[in-house]
Amino acid sequence: MKTYWWKILAILLLAYTIVAGLLIEVPRLPILNETIRALFFHVTMWFGMLLMLMVSVYYGVKHLRTGELRYDDLAVEFTNTAILFGVVGISTGMIWAKFTWGDYWTNDPKLNASAIGLLMYFAYLVLRNSLTDVYQRAKISAVYSIFAFAAFIPLIFILPRLTDSLHPGNGGNPGFNAYDMDSKLRTVFYPAIIGWTLLGAWISTLRVRYRRLERKLEDHLINQ
Amino acid sequence: MLLLASISLKAQDKIGITEEDYQNSSVQMADGMRSDGKIYVLVTIIGIVLGGILVYVIQTDRKISGLEKRFNK
Repeated sequence: MKTYWWKILAILLLAYTIVAGLLIEVPRLPILNETIRALFFHVTMWFGMLLMLMVSVYYGVKHLRTGELRYDDLAVEFTNTAILFGVVGISTGMIWAKFTWGDYWTNDPKLNASAIGLLMYFAYLVLRNSLTDVYQRAKISAVYSIFAFAAFIPLIFILPRLTDSLHPGNGGNPGFNAYDMDSKLRTVFYPAIIGWTLLGAWISTLRVRYRRLERKLEDHLINQ
Repeated sequence: MLLLASISLKAQDKIGITEEDYQNSSVQMADGMRSDGKIYVLVTIIGIVLGGILVYVIQTDRKISGLEKRFNK
C-alpha cells in the first residue's frame, strides 16, 4: 500500500455513481424510461474496458522496448480486467437491448463488432496459455495485443458509424457529441467512468502484485 | 424551399434533450417506486453489493501487502 488515495477516490466515486445514478432526475424519454440510467453502469463498462486496454498496450510497448517481465505483468492483468469489463458490458447490454430494442441480440453492427472484439481478446488468453517460455509468451502476447487493440477501435467506433446502428450516435458521423447527453447526465456519467476504471485498475494491480509474489517464490525455491 | 427543407431535416438528425423531457408525465417512470420510497430500498441493496465487493477487494489488498512485507524481510 504505497499510495492509496486513488483507491479511496474509487470508493467515493462508485458510491456517488450508485446513489446519484439511481436517484437523480433523468430525461423522461419514451421506450427508454428509467433504463436510461444504464448509461452509468453499462456504457461505463466499455469506457473502462477501453481505458484499461490502452494501459495494457502502453505496458506491452514498454515490455517490447525493455524486455522486462514486470511490464508484461501489468499488460496481462490490465487486459484480464478489461475482458471482465467487456463481458459484463456485453451481458448488461443484452438485458438493456431486450427491454428497449425487443431482443437480446439484434444484428446491430456495434453488437456484432463488440462480440468479435471480445473473441479477439479471448484468443489472446488462449495464445498466452499455449506458450510455455515466459519471455516468448510476453513478447508474442504484447505484439498480439497491440494489433488486437488497433483492430478493436475501428471495429467498435468507426465501422458501426459507416452503417446504421441502433446505438445512439452511430450511423452517420456524430462528431464529438456521440451521445445526446445533457449536462445533468454528464455529472454522473464522467465520475462513473473514472470510478469504474479505478476499480478495474485496483483489481488489476492486486493481481499484478500476486503474480510478482508468485514469481519471487518460484525464484526462491529454485535458488535454494 | 427544398434547400430549407433539407436544412431542417439535417437539424432533426439529432434529437436534443430539453427541459420538457424532465416534465413529460406521459412517459411512465418509476414515480410510484419513488413516492413509496422504494427506490431507496434499491439504492441500499445495490450499495450493499458494491460495499461487499469493495470490502473483499480491500481485504485482498491487505493480504497481499502482508505477504509482500514478509517477502521483503
